Amino acid sequence: MFCDRCGDETVGPHEACARARELEPPRFCPHCRRRMKVQVVPTGWKAVCVEHGETLG
Amino acid sequence: MPKILDRARTRVLDEGAGLDEADILEVLRLPDDALPELLQLAHDVRMKWCGPEVEVEGIVSLKTGGCPEDCHFCSQSGLFASPVRAVWLDIPSLVEAARQTAATGATEFCIVAAVRGPDARLMDQMREGVKAIREAVDIQVAASLGMLTQGQVDELVEMGVHRYNHNLETCRSYFPNVVTTHSWEERWTTLRMVRESGMEVCCGGILGLGETVEQRAEFAAQLAELDPHEVPLNFLNPRPGTPLGDRPVVEGRDALRAIAAFRLAMPRTILRYAGGREITLGDLGTRDGLLGGINAVIVGNYLTTLGRPATADLELLADLKMPVKSLSQTF
Repeated sequence: MFCDRCGDETVGPHEACARARELEPPRFCPHCRRRMKVQVVPTGWKAVCVEHGETLG
Repeated sequence: MPKILDRARTRVLDEGAGLDEADILEVLRLPDDALPELLQLAHDVRMKWCGPEVEVEGIVSLKTGGCPEDCHFCSQSGLFASPVRAVWLDIPSLVEAARQTAATGATEFCIVAAVRGPDARLMDQMREGVKAIREAVDIQVAASLGMLTQGQVDELVEMGVHRYNHNLETCRSYFPNVVTTHSWEERWTTLRMVRESGMEVCCGGILGLGETVEQRAEFAAQLAELDPHEVPLNFLNPRPGTPLGDRPVVEGRDALRAIAAFRLAMPRTILRYAGGREITLGDLGTRDGLLGGINAVIVGNYLTTLGRPATADLELLADLKMPVKSLSQTF
């Protein structure tokens, strides 16, 4: 698995990234580390990995 | 009471004139123990010259990332190793974003694109998007598309865009440290064209880029000279991969001093909380800023980062007995 904020390989939570993620959408696919296409809108966000599909938040 | 606050009370509160650069600098240098008095004065100025209403706005990115410019704070520049990828928002999603923004009670919806200036494709998207929003949603449409030609200014007016955002970002003397791919003067030229077109001018910037307190005063004075309808005040949220990604966040008391100083420089402007307030001020500081000169907020998410839920800000405004400006008050 990979951190969805920094893209580093991780076996546990990245605490600094987890804190930052409270005010950020994910940028990396946690399954394959690909950079995702992310669209932020006023009430949410959508992140798309070309391999693993769409995540909504 | 510090003498500068006496002077500000007479000049700004009583007469409605803004402080000059030297006085703004004195305000920015006030000690922490003078901060409550400063915020109270800035709040009194806002209440007298703007009223109790708060203008609420939502923003959305129509074209994200891949920007050819090198604004050192921006995760959307294609020149830095930022994780933000280029993406376009489709028109149905744009209209839905406007609808959700209007549902919060917001009167403003700003469409933003990460570009040097719009090309034909972006102007076509804007034409289609603004038309679709105006047909479906009761909200004022603003735009932020970088530097414009006179023809593009005229096109936006024709589309019905009522306000144009183009931030100077920082003062003239510090700008070359932040952006090298275009000049402060080029931005100023766009702002003059927007002003002359009849569109409302929205122009602010970001604090915490490494500017000195003197340059912060310089910036406030330059904005006052421009006399924009609205000033969005951002605080740097350092973005991974950007040249300013390791800069410290602005200290909360400095942010509040700056809010009050900008209000005393521009007593009648719409002074809007924009990006970075969550990490700079937190909930308590956000409240202090609303009681220290701020009279507008961006609710919900920003362009590439997330904000507080709109309901949290609306509850805060209700708690402070600050009514949300209605659409009829914006004309």
